[in-house]
Amino acid sequence: MTPDLIGGLESPDYASHDRAAHEPYTLVFTGEVKRELDELLTRYPTKMAALLPALWILQRERGWVSEEGMVEVAELLELTPAYVKGVVTFYTMYHQHPVGKYFIQVCTTSPCGICGAEDVVKAFLRHTNTGELGLTSPDGRFTVIEVECLGACGFATPVMVNEEFIESVTPEKVPDLLARLA
Amino acid sequence: MGYPHEPHQRETTVLSRYFGDAEARSLDGWKKRGGYKALEKALGMAPADIVNIVKESGLRGRGGAGFPTGMKWSFMKPGDGKPHYLCCNADESEPGTFKDRELMRWTPHALVEGCAIGAYAIGAETAYVYIRGEFTEPLYWMEQAVKEAYAAGIIGKNAMGSGKRIDVHVHKGAGAYICGEETALMNSLEGRRGNPRIKPPFPAVSGVFGMPTTINNVETLIAAAPILMKGADWYKKMSLSNPKSTGTKLYSVCGNVYRPGTYEVVMGFPFKEFLYDLCGGPLHGRKFKAVIPGGASVPIQTMEEAEATLMDYEGFVAHGSMLGSGGVIVIDDGQSMVSVIARIARFFAHESCAQCTQCREGTAWTTKIMERIRDGQGTMEDLDTLLDIADQMTGKTICVLSDSCAVPVVSGIQKFRSEFEGLIQGRRFHPVVAAVA
Ligand SMILES: Cc1cc2nc3c(=O)[nH]c(=O)nc-3n(C[C@H](O)[C@H](O)[C@H](O)COP(=O)(O)O)c2cc1C
Ligand code: FES
Repeated sequence: MTPDLIGGLESPDYASHDRAAHEPYTLVFTGEVKRELDELLTRYPTKMAALLPALWILQRERGWVSEEGMVEVAELLELTPAYVKGVVTFYTMYHQHPVGKYFIQVCTTSPCGICGAEDVVKAFLRHTNTGELGLTSPDGRFTVIEVECLGACGFATPVMVNEEFIESVTPEKVPDLLARLA
Repeated sequence: MGYPHEPHQRETTVLSRYFGDAEARSLDGWKKRGGYKALEKALGMAPADIVNIVKESGLRGRGGAGFPTGMKWSFMKPGDGKPHYLCCNADESEPGTFKDRELMRWTPHALVEGCAIGAYAIGAETAYVYIRGEFTEPLYWMEQAVKEAYAAGIIGKNAMGSGKRIDVHVHKGAGAYICGEETALMNSLEGRRGNPRIKPPFPAVSGVFGMPTTINNVETLIAAAPILMKGADWYKKMSLSNPKSTGTKLYSVCGNVYRPGTYEVVMGFPFKEFLYDLCGGPLHGRKFKAVIPGGASVPIQTMEEAEATLMDYEGFVAHGSMLGSGGVIVIDDGQSMVSVIARIARFFAHESCAQCTQCREGTAWTTKIMERIRDGQGTMEDLDTLLDIADQMTGKTICVLSDSCAVPVVSGIQKFRSEFEGLIQGRRFHPVVAAVA
């Protein structure tokens, strides 16, 4: 998908990650963000149902889902922090640690696998200097992981960079794609 | 319509007609193409009459199981004094399947309309569209469409001036294949871990938030609008083989094939023509070896089986597989079946919710053995062990994810045993070299 197609879909600001992990926690759900959550709550008969959406907001604002963030969400939705953690750990898309500014997910499930997805992964690992799946590059910019079927198997190999979905990536296209992220 | 390619003349494009037509995404564009006429018509009918037309049309669920949609809707008892809910299953995570993604990113209003019709028919005021978190583009377009529809009064507290309340909300998943299983989807929607629930109670009795609920796939709900507009007879006539399979079906085609994409054909279409003509046949110098026709959870077909198949619910079963989700994975002679199956097993091991022992242990164990065989470390006993584990994994768990992992392994060993044995006996897999044109 070309980026202009999804104009308006801003990627979260991952720049402050490392700092964020060490600084005192400031509340996420205040002002405009709190109003966003309040609107979401009107959509469901229970507060608990707003948990996944609330965690998405948390991750959008902070780049990841921290323990403190889980406590804040738990209080707002009248749940226990342990319950919230149980839910967070079930799903693969909530980051429980800060990740690189660009979080790159490459599909390697069979349909993409038989179209050469492994080579795409290798190209990303080499050109991002991350070396190993799941590790963040020394400059904090990239994290590369393998992901299961992204639901775009006819466009092998699909790759997600943060919120952006890119179709038909080949190893040759990787350097240009990364250069564009600069 | 063969998207991203030109439509093929042998396709029948009812649902996919506007793929690639960016104007169809906006409310104005959608209305110009006849959008929301079906909803308007529906709101002027008695819900029971809508259910009857859908029943009469023969529409069956497009999410995988093929359950008759009208019958599912008729399980929702009117006047029971409880809130009813409609959940649209847009979790589309079955490897090989990407048709719902195209439907939502090109024709989001079609789904808003389908949800509103479905909700009205089952006496629900609220429909939730549960979209997998990775689908950022479909999510974006669906949110836009819902916003537009609210602003225009098409949905909301007085839908199209009918006096009926119909809310449609988009709910974003967070990465879990299992949340496509209907009871796991309901748990996830409620803000829980996505563990499937034991049935009964069935969703129509106690579903999301403990209330009567209907869960339908994206394609199923979108098909309701043309059925209402053109009638059950028109829909029923789109059937070339078995009268129990009616209408058109979207197939997303991927793997080693010349023109991967999303195609729409009528039920009963010959699979051979589909693969070689519509999809353009194999890649240059290659030959097809096998097809998984309905997403990674259905049995693998040999080419002999595939080429004899008429594409409908009964046709795929008659030739060793199932229609499933319509995700057609094509595998050519350059691939090792053992590697393909090993990777599918790994998928299921990764996605098991780990509630049931047979599934949690079985998917992991199967993966280990499959990868050992792939790497030339297997033994002949491993084949028996695999079949034994598969037996233990079938029909013994809360949901069928466990069975789904066993299916490709069993059908693979049955139909491609020589490839397994070759690797076990120390012969490396040598892909057939592509013929020089
Ligand atoms: C493990 C598993 C995953 C599933 N994933 C999906 C999915 O992604 N989309 C879907 O529509 N149905 C999926 N299903 C089928 C649903 O449980 C359900 O049958 C379907 O959504 C019903 O809609 P339909 O009657 O319109 O087909 C899945 C089933 C299982 C067991
Ligand atoms: S297998 Fe890669 S997107 Fe489906």
